[in-house]
Amino acid sequence: MTSFRSVALAAAGLAAFLALWEAAPRLDLVNPAFLPPPSSLPAAFAREISGGAWPRAVAESLSHYVVGLGAGAGAGIALGLLSGMFRWFESLTAWVVRLLRPIPGLAWVPFAIIWFGVQPSAAVFIIAIGVFWIVFFATQGAVRGVDRDLVEVAQAFGFRGPFARLTKILLPAATPGILVGLRTALGQAWMAVVAAEIFGVPGIGARMMQASSLLSTDIVVVYMLTMAGLYGLFDTGFVALQGWLLRWRA
Amino acid sequence: MSATDLPAGARPIIDIRGLSLAYERDGRRTEILSSLDLAVPRGQFLVIVGESGVGKSTLLRVLIDLAKPSGGTVTLDTKAATRTPMALVFQDARLLPWRRVLDNVAFGLERHGLPKSERRARAAAMLKLVGLADLAGRWPHQLSGGQRQRVAIARALAVEPEVLLMDEPFSALDSFTREGLQDEVQRIKAQTGKTVLFVTHDIDEAVYLADRVVVLAGSPGRIAADVAIDLPRPRQRRDATLIEAARHLRAELSRRSAEL
Repeated sequence: MTSFRSVALAAAGLAAFLALWEAAPRLDLVNPAFLPPPSSLPAAFAREISGGAWPRAVAESLSHYVVGLGAGAGAGIALGLLSGMFRWFESLTAWVVRLLRPIPGLAWVPFAIIWFGVQPSAAVFIIAIGVFWIVFFATQGAVRGVDRDLVEVAQAFGFRGPFARLTKILLPAATPGILVGLRTALGQAWMAVVAAEIFGVPGIGARMMQASSLLSTDIVVVYMLTMAGLYGLFDTGFVALQGWLLRWRA
Repeated sequence: MSATDLPAGARPIIDIRGLSLAYERDGRRTEILSSLDLAVPRGQFLVIVGESGVGKSTLLRVLIDLAKPSGGTVTLDTKAATRTPMALVFQDARLLPWRRVLDNVAFGLERHGLPKSERRARAAAMLKLVGLADLAGRWPHQLSGGQRQRVAIARALAVEPEVLLMDEPFSALDSFTREGLQDEVQRIKAQTGKTVLFVTHDIDEAVYLADRVVVLAGSPGRIAADVAIDLPRPRQRRDATLIEAARHLRAELSRRSAEL
């Protein structure tokens, strides 16, 4: 009953939100050109789809997202493992990390453009940087936190090299912590997608800027909702994957 | 000493001479073990008893190469073909939580260069030996404490060690489960004929299981008593001779620790 109640309340809240949104431009409280009512969105969406802009922008953004996320997470996991496993590596990189870590991902935009031009690789670079730090610290912490007793089990059974220690114990034991970092990164990367595309790399962000310069605010909203939807889809998929990977937990 | 001087089997499977272990922290040297000599004949069920802190567990850790001695030698007379001459059962089962029971048992075999099907077949046989064949597909968190420790025993036996090391394996279990597992270990020992080094602080457990009880006492730990338990098997817990042996050992232990 409680769950039914909370679902009903959530639906009522959403309905009220949409009603208010619909009412504001219709009652001329705000200029409809500045805030398109939700009822105008299906038509705008249909236009974007039939014109081919929507599938193209989504495909472009998704490819930046997936490649950037993959590169950033891959590098973050690899270096996080090294840093978690070897004190010398952590010491070696300690000050470099301190220096680079506080620089926001977006502060790399000028260099992204200089190095890669207004190209998909520039967007991938921006996304990857944001993802990298989150996953790096999550991985390093997770490896550091692995129960030493389990490492001893591996040693007692003769798995004594660093590679065996990594594959038999550290990586599986650190997986829950790494996945928490990855999930945060999943959201962070979406923000980076828009930011990276707003400076011109084709994709959802670029399409939004284009539409806004033509005052097609309904199209802007369509893409905002598209992003929310895609993120929801990825997050749900990720949570399912996480549940499966961690099915060994109580 | 060369192998040809003696008939096969006469040499101890483990020969510990002058073993010492000390560590230094903040400039202070702490000795855990000091000039320990101990020879373990092949096939013996040797139980090491002593209060906590006398270095019983440390001795096992040295044998399995988890701790480095600061002096002395350990000579093993194990077959060259044995991939894993010794296996250790920890006090807490220490199963790997992300592996199902069967794969936990197969863990040590992954070093032996066997195909996966062969590893699983061997692991299944070991699970059967400890009476848990039905639980092969479970996750460790779904097991009771006693079941977990049985899996740990199966995992150790799976690598076919010549010596089974057990570090207070039942001290965290309730007494009912503990007695069941003691009988189990006794049965497995009779079935496999392995040499067993078993550490405990429970004297009743020691005399019930052991062919020979070695008492470690003092700080640093030294051998305070070395007693043969010459009783036929299977043994009865309430057997008068067994109770007498335990009483004798208790008296010996308190006399020795008063001396040291």
